[in-house]
Amino acid sequence: MATNPKVNSRVKKKKYHISKRANQISPSGIRKFFDLLASMEGVISLGVGEPDYATPWHITEAAIESLQKGQTMYTSNMGMPELRQELSRYLKAEYELEYDPATELLITVGVSEALDLAMRAILDPGDEVIISDPCYVSYEPCIVLAGGKAVAVPTNEEESFELSAAEVEARVTDKTRAILIGYPANPTGAVMSRDRMAEVAEVAQRHNLLVASDEIYAKLVYGVEHTCVAALPGMKASTILLGGFSKAYAMTGWRIGYAAAPREIIAAMTKVHQYTMMCAPTMGQVAAIEALRYGEESASDMVEDYNRRRLVMVKGLREIGMPCFEPKGAFYAFPSVKTTGLTSEEFAEKLLTEEKVAVVPGSAFGQCGEGYVRCCYATSMADIEEALTRMRRFVNRYRKA
Amino acid sequence: MLKEILKILEHDARTTPKQLAAMTGVPQTEVTRLIKQAQEDRTILKYKTIVNWDKVEDEHVWALIEVKLTPEKDVGFDSMAERIYRFPQAHTVYLVSGSYDLFVLVVGKSNHEIADFVSQKLSHIEGVKETVTQFVLKRYKEDGEIVEGKEEVKRQPVML
Repeated sequence: MATNPKVNSRVKKKKYHISKRANQISPSGIRKFFDLLASMEGVISLGVGEPDYATPWHITEAAIESLQKGQTMYTSNMGMPELRQELSRYLKAEYELEYDPATELLITVGVSEALDLAMRAILDPGDEVIISDPCYVSYEPCIVLAGGKAVAVPTNEEESFELSAAEVEARVTDKTRAILIGYPANPTGAVMSRDRMAEVAEVAQRHNLLVASDEIYAKLVYGVEHTCVAALPGMKASTILLGGFSKAYAMTGWRIGYAAAPREIIAAMTKVHQYTMMCAPTMGQVAAIEALRYGEESASDMVEDYNRRRLVMVKGLREIGMPCFEPKGAFYAFPSVKTTGLTSEEFAEKLLTEEKVAVVPGSAFGQCGEGYVRCCYATSMADIEEALTRMRRFVNRYRKA
Repeated sequence: MLKEILKILEHDARTTPKQLAAMTGVPQTEVTRLIKQAQEDRTILKYKTIVNWDKVEDEHVWALIEVKLTPEKDVGFDSMAERIYRFPQAHTVYLVSGSYDLFVLVVGKSNHEIADFVSQKLSHIEGVKETVTQFVLKRYKEDGEIVEGKEEVKRQPVML
């Protein structure tokens, strides 16, 4: 909400001390778009990062029923035993992975918390974590807040934005603790092939590193298989598997995620979790149980629908002169803006003000994201088509002679 | 691929062959051919619109009628059903398991009209043993669509 500047100016501005640690991380690179967007009408946003579906009703209904029954208290710190049981069953069914629900699984407030806990549990000051560039915006801040240092490995379109094991290995030092990866990837939609993932896993094994794998988009893959890092031979003992319910079951607002890892790591993460969070929201956990038990069909229906929109979006972008790498996962397309001669930030800003389409500049996700923008296709087909029409006009206007 | 096209069309019959081609990755000419074929062999029966008639001044009355039949020699359910479904008033006709045989959804302009249809036409058909008429008081959901009160949920326009 806008504050009244007149009232504001009368108040003497108090100086607060902000910690070095908080100052060490920069605000999200797209903060200014939030404000700009809020003041505009008729914007089509491809800037979202969540499904456009409401949570499947059977899941919502299960939570409502639990509320009616008065299931409104804390749960066990690690999460409801039934949920951990279901999760254990799910990971077994999906990846042939055996996790002990009592000691190797932790239910968290979204995968975001799981990521934060993982970094806090394994990093000492100065420890290094290897991440890919571009990658999801939270990775580096989470590492930094835990006292560590993020070391970025460039990835590029020519290599399908997959992480190269050789490039990873070249950055391993005696301070390196872990490799933090997130495939299927936000913002690129890239999926790591099993072979390339296995190569990265080998590097981790060779140097005794942990792999923290954010697999929140695991179920959103199109015509390819998702490779779970923990399921690669010998990798379970070296992997912190991070997952959640937000994307596959359209449950972003419920805030339920999880970590699956060796018991010592889960024990350390649980310690931090119990003091900072107590437990994940109870109604969300009930919903997650329902999702794991009966949500498969709703999830796959949504994936089918995302795939249709993915095809329309990618084809459309290519046709209007924005070369686009074929995303095989998540729900993002990551087209190049190079034909316009604009930087990705200029592109996003001008596109928003001139054509009222919101996209996220690739530079928000790392230096290697420069020259690209992230377009989320989890929006109605009509909006995708209208957005493409507007973007065509825009690209034609700016196309370099 | 026909199944995929049908799924999309069932959801939105106005999806054009061009859009279908983009959504499925199938060439447009192939999409057109598949649709034409599906129309010809009556896989696609009809394209229609789901209307909320309460929004316009119009008198539409719906009634669900349970029909019990007495199977007669040489006359199966199918031909008895045909004598019923040939009436244009019969909107939907199903053979069902349970305490009655045919489920007939009738649409008329007034309660009177429906009552007339049942008493003058339906109950006179040979083999119709008993009918129970239930008038529809409110339509909550029609063909998978919530009729009223469906709210658009607002998402945050930009999230990372």
